[in-house]
Amino acid sequence: MSRVLPIFLLLAAFPLAMQAMDGLFYVSLASRMLIYAIAATSLNLALGYGGMVSFGHAAFFGAGAYTVGILAAEGVTSLWLAWPAAVTVAALAALFIGAVSLRTRGVYFIMITLAFAQMVYYLFVSLKTYGGEDGLALRGRSDPGFGLSLSGDLAWYYVVLALFGSLAYGLHRLAGSRFGRAIEAIRENSARAEAIGFPVYRYQLACFVISGAAAGLAGALIANQSSYVSPSLLHWIQSGTLMIMVILGGVGTLWGGALGALALLGLEHLIADYQIGWLARLAPNYQDHAGLAVGAVLLAVVLAAPRGLVGMFARRKSA
Amino acid sequence: MSATLFLEQGLNGLQFGLMLFLLAAGLTLVFGIMDMINLAHGSLYMVGAYLMASFVQATGSFWLALPLALAATGVVGALLELTLLRRLYARDHLTQVLATFAIILIANEAVRLVWGSQPILLNAPPSLTGPVTLPGGMQYASYRLLIIGVGVAVAVLLYFLVAKTRVGMLVRAGASNREMARAMGVDIGRLFTGVFALGAALCALAGAMLGPILAVQVGMGENILILAFVVIVIGGIGSIRGALVGSLLVGIVDTGGRAFLPLLFGTFLPPQMASAAGPAIASVLIYLLMAVVLYFRPQGLFPARG
Amino acid sequence: MLELRNVSKRFGGVVATDDVTLEVEPGEVHALIGPNGAGKTTLIAQISGMLPVDTGRIVFGGEDITHLKAHARVRAGLARSYQVTSIFRRFTVLENLALAVQARSGSSFSFWRPLAAETALVDEARAVSEEVGLSEKLETPASNLSHGEQRALEVGLALATRPRLLLLDEPMAGMGPQESRRMLELIERLRRTVTLLLVEHDMDAVFRLASRISVLVDGRLIATGAPQAIRLDPQVRRAYLGDELAA
Repeated sequence: MSRVLPIFLLLAAFPLAMQAMDGLFYVSLASRMLIYAIAATSLNLALGYGGMVSFGHAAFFGAGAYTVGILAAEGVTSLWLAWPAAVTVAALAALFIGAVSLRTRGVYFIMITLAFAQMVYYLFVSLKTYGGEDGLALRGRSDPGFGLSLSGDLAWYYVVLALFGSLAYGLHRLAGSRFGRAIEAIRENSARAEAIGFPVYRYQLACFVISGAAAGLAGALIANQSSYVSPSLLHWIQSGTLMIMVILGGVGTLWGGALGALALLGLEHLIADYQIGWLARLAPNYQDHAGLAVGAVLLAVVLAAPRGLVGMFARRKSA
Repeated sequence: MSATLFLEQGLNGLQFGLMLFLLAAGLTLVFGIMDMINLAHGSLYMVGAYLMASFVQATGSFWLALPLALAATGVVGALLELTLLRRLYARDHLTQVLATFAIILIANEAVRLVWGSQPILLNAPPSLTGPVTLPGGMQYASYRLLIIGVGVAVAVLLYFLVAKTRVGMLVRAGASNREMARAMGVDIGRLFTGVFALGAALCALAGAMLGPILAVQVGMGENILILAFVVIVIGGIGSIRGALVGSLLVGIVDTGGRAFLPLLFGTFLPPQMASAAGPAIASVLIYLLMAVVLYFRPQGLFPARG
Repeated sequence: MLELRNVSKRFGGVVATDDVTLEVEPGEVHALIGPNGAGKTTLIAQISGMLPVDTGRIVFGGEDITHLKAHARVRAGLARSYQVTSIFRRFTVLENLALAVQARSGSSFSFWRPLAAETALVDEARAVSEEVGLSEKLETPASNLSHGEQRALEVGLALATRPRLLLLDEPMAGMGPQESRRMLELIERLRRTVTLLLVEHDMDAVFRLASRISVLVDGRLIATGAPQAIRLDPQVRRAYLGDELAA
């Protein structure tokens, strides 16, 4: 914990410094990264700690976002209603999808979570009144009441940072709790876990639901970030992107999701916004093809550094 | 609802299903024999379609371009297997998913680099742009009939290859028990490369044939890949027969659902709701089908592995 | 304590368990022997709940557990050790045993309270480790243990759930003479507090430990009785024991 505090202090001081340097754009970028850090961390709980390779996490992420969007379109803009609603909807989706999917194992589990996520995607895209394929624009960020507003970049950043910090702490406590230990055991050897008396299905489902709920919160936040909800949030490419973040950062580690999100979004931003001279002479619009670099980096990480960034920096075995 | 409409949609479903089979067959073999989830399969389909379009442009002939596209994609597939995918056989499924997902990203960008971001044109051969009159008086697009013909021919050929030839026997042995096959002295390395190249060629065939009907654009692989996976999960991993049955099921249910559900809903729901609910439910129909099949047969309809 | 009534199981065309009726008395060491492929492990799997029965009933402590899930049977006092070692390899010995204790003691739907604070779990895990002779190796990751030690942990895991009946599936599998002797001593100690259903190939051990023996051949129970009677039974000798005794 003592290593973490200075980092959080830095993160807290960051926007003030940016404001002084007229770099508010970076504050907004940082908020975005933190939101994806939450989403990736939520997936890490199910995938890394729980060992459940869910290829459909975008469903919970997007469902949370769409809940906020749809409520806003219907006139409900209160943060205190919209955000818990987003979490609840995502949790319910995870409950239903998990309940059915967890009866399968291995590759069938991966495929069935993917298929369910596609169902959710098509379901939302078919709602023409809420944007259909074009997505849904919100009139502004959720309203916290009490005369406050989240429209400012700084205020928004601190809210997101606080939520990220709380969730990270929650995951830390969870990992060290009875539940965390049980889940790890189930991941390690689920047959034996059942044979010593753990109702494996129940624990896996609980883990899956918590993971989905957290993703739903991230979804609510992303809807607020740009005041826009895009159906691509629900697409399986989004699920894949979240998985990339988790494996980049470190599967099953506390900060894996955050590091991965930071690395991936940072990489995309760097490629898009900073032109490398010699590369530009070779291939004039290389910056439009950031996907190539992302793909190549992912491939390299997967083949060469399976434990991700955390694995590269860790000296002992991961938590 | 006329009989013509039913027949037409039935044929469309058959056509789509047979093309799905081309993808599913390669996918299920790779999965069954090498125990590898290959998300890049859709990218081979895309590359096949793009190469076909380019070869048609270069040679001016659909029929000349087709074997060229198949061969070229087969080579791409073989190269991919030799350089990258080999390293993934021993890894866990998550690693395979991520690595092949990375390949999708790279392939999409590479295609964009070479051919640009706009969809490109691929036309049916001029001799087949018109309709054909079927027995019974119905008109049906001749090109679509060709697709059905090609699909059936390939299915029959594959059946012979897998069931009646020595190579096929090796493939089936590999699918049901890889260790045993290896112990019996089968050159696993070359078998794998061969299976992969064949799968790639089949993808290219599907891409080339469907190109004139669907758009040839970046990302076309992803949409059909999901369907192919649904097919092999329904059909049973490692089973060609399962892939065929699954593809036909999915093709017909999907096409039929999209055509008839909105109409069906329209009969008892107010038009506003029917026009929204119809397409929504139709899109998820095949996923529901998959869920139902998996509920009763968690290993699919014809699992290859005992 | 345990009753199997007409239990059967088939896999496709193969009959793995053929109408088995068997009883295990409280306090006894009941050995289950038979040639390889006779279906002993399949039967154990059905008793522990990992494999469903096709027909028949299983009654444990007066309660019909035929349709009870595996984890619930453990809670009821029926535990199993595996023939092929199945432990938590990345956990230490202490963590392995503490897991089993944790499973038994209340719910693990506790998300906040640190596990490290639960010293009672650790104490009990330590006690079990002493029973199986692993008290010197508590901090060793399970993957670093010797084969014999892993087999001891294997039994320890089942023991830590405080069962009334313990199913031991070939506990001495793959052991040299010294390790086998230690396992034998362990089982001798266990029999004082736990009823045992023991599957074994090591005939010396079986005849030394067993109060009763049942013989399974091709999924069918061909004989049950006191060790001496089994030894002399002509059917058993023909089907299984002949060579073993001569050796």
